[in-house]
Amino acid sequence: MTFSDFIITNAPVLLVAIPLLAAFLCPVMGKISSMVRNFWVMGMMLVTAAVAFILAYRVFVTGPVIYVFGAAAANLAIPLDSGGIPIRIIFTVDAMSAFMDIICAIVGVSVLLYSLSAESRNSSLEGYYTLFFLMIVGVFGMVSTGDIFNFFVFLEILSLASAGLIAYRIDGGLAVEAALKYFILSTLGAIFVLFAIGIFYGQYNALNIAMIAERMQFSMLDKIALVLLVAALAMKCGAVPLHFWTPDAYSMAPSSVTAFLVVASQASLYGLFRVVFTMYNITMNCVTVGWIIIIFGVLSMVVGVTMAIPQKDIKRLMAYHAVSQTGYMLLGVGVGLAVLGNAGLTSAFGFMAMEGGIFHIFNHAMYKGLLFLTAGAIIYRIGTRDLNKMGGLGHTMKYTMIFFMIGALAIAGIPPFNGFASKLMIYESVYLFNPLLAIIAMVVSILTLASFVKVFHSVFMGPKLPEYADVKEAPLPMLIGMGILAAIVILFGLFPQPVVEILVAPAAHALADQGGYIASVLGGA
Amino acid sequence: MDMSAPLLTGYGIWVPVAWLAASVVAGIVIYLLWKTGESSYKKGTELERPYLSGNMEPEKGAVHVRASNLYWGFLQALKGYYDVLVPVHTGVLTDYMIWFVAVTAAILVFVGVLS
Repeated sequence: MTFSDFIITNAPVLLVAIPLLAAFLCPVMGKISSMVRNFWVMGMMLVTAAVAFILAYRVFVTGPVIYVFGAAAANLAIPLDSGGIPIRIIFTVDAMSAFMDIICAIVGVSVLLYSLSAESRNSSLEGYYTLFFLMIVGVFGMVSTGDIFNFFVFLEILSLASAGLIAYRIDGGLAVEAALKYFILSTLGAIFVLFAIGIFYGQYNALNIAMIAERMQFSMLDKIALVLLVAALAMKCGAVPLHFWTPDAYSMAPSSVTAFLVVASQASLYGLFRVVFTMYNITMNCVTVGWIIIIFGVLSMVVGVTMAIPQKDIKRLMAYHAVSQTGYMLLGVGVGLAVLGNAGLTSAFGFMAMEGGIFHIFNHAMYKGLLFLTAGAIIYRIGTRDLNKMGGLGHTMKYTMIFFMIGALAIAGIPPFNGFASKLMIYESVYLFNPLLAIIAMVVSILTLASFVKVFHSVFMGPKLPEYADVKEAPLPMLIGMGILAAIVILFGLFPQPVVEILVAPAAHALADQGGYIASVLGGA
Repeated sequence: MDMSAPLLTGYGIWVPVAWLAASVVAGIVIYLLWKTGESSYKKGTELERPYLSGNMEPEKGAVHVRASNLYWGFLQALKGYYDVLVPVHTGVLTDYMIWFVAVTAAILVFVGVLS
């Protein structure tokens, strides 16, 4: 086996193994020198991203990739003597998983590059990078695993690492308090997930997602498990009215961490979609569960944006917008779920709504990550998050201002940026389902624009203030990190159709095609 | 793969490249109009100073409209809504947990576990 064959064959496990190695050797590298540590973390992140792209390419070209840990062959899902049950830990990477892997890789590289400058003035950076790589492990693991218990393990790794990084700055105890709230709520959610897993295992003697999906009866116990999973994962992705931890955690974490917390929340959103589409699908009442997700979405959009407008803390304001944008994803995919049992409606608009929601996951990760990084650059230079104390920074932080404008226009759904493309798909498809929902979504976009006009004016406009006379532009690594995300925001906005054809449509098909997922695991044995 | 292919929304299409081309044309028209404007402006002279009916120019920080002063009317118009919504965000962890448990119970009812 050549080296390239080894990489291609073992890409699913390398996706988790490389960042794990990076995490636990980071303190050792830090003992040598800070420069060695920086080269180590950046190098390992680039290698991890390369593996993610290789794996995604393989998935989009040849179909789902199965990786069975400890098996004689990587795709041997069911051992000959197991009685037909896939007992080993398994990674099942289909187009939806690969789609999420790409998001994690791009944002991971941008954020890590940005962190090299943004966090350089802080101590305990070995701990920072170790926890950051554990977050990477958590996200890659959650979106790649084909085993529900394994999903729980990665969810816990992600929660623990995230809580550590939210508390990283301490900030007079405020950051620690935010982390504690996040940690306790995450633990409560994790208990719900674990209880649901116990229900599945008790009924079906299996932890493999495909096996559970194949045996799903939608009994009373399955309904309870569904409710526990939906509630826990909706809370973890920040859906209203379970969003309360989000503004606290997002505003108190270092900005680079906040940008990646967006991806972490989306991993939970992925988990929610995986549960309802892959595990339950049409065995459940899709209309009821679809409407539950739609209600989560509408509440998130409206409450998120209206709570953002009066905020005076730039990161808290952006955190509420993150909640609001999650609403669009829930709305789009919720509509797709609500009509899943009706082939006519699914082909008329349901599938398009799903594509819009999934495309918005990608777009949101890029522009929201970019906006949090611009907020971090501003805070890095002037030392305050208070919008009332800002002004005139457009005179000195020109590049940061341009990046902010790109992110702000994208989140408001202004053409030709990427947010417009996905929102247009959501508006038009959701309008055919229920016009009122589409109108609400459009009004929320207008309010989003209004809110970011306020931020733009407060931060960048006005005369050059005396207290910020010496403020300089953000350091180069921070600008490059922002620039990567800004370039994707523009490119995906100018050329949306190829993105939809290559990445989004296969991901939506993979999510909706329960039979295909089951066959890729159990049929290949 | 046609990179400039229009985005198919299932109901209509969106052609970003055409939009961009139209924006460039509009930009050129705006530039030409701007070029016809007064050209006697001289940088670094009295022309740069704001004229406030003969009054002295205030401090730079005093003329910048701060974030809290923006959308005051919007917030006043929706005061009833905000009077309900803002206090719900208590910042108290036990409240967050109550919301979590309550929403879970509500979903149990919707899904048909509890009736």
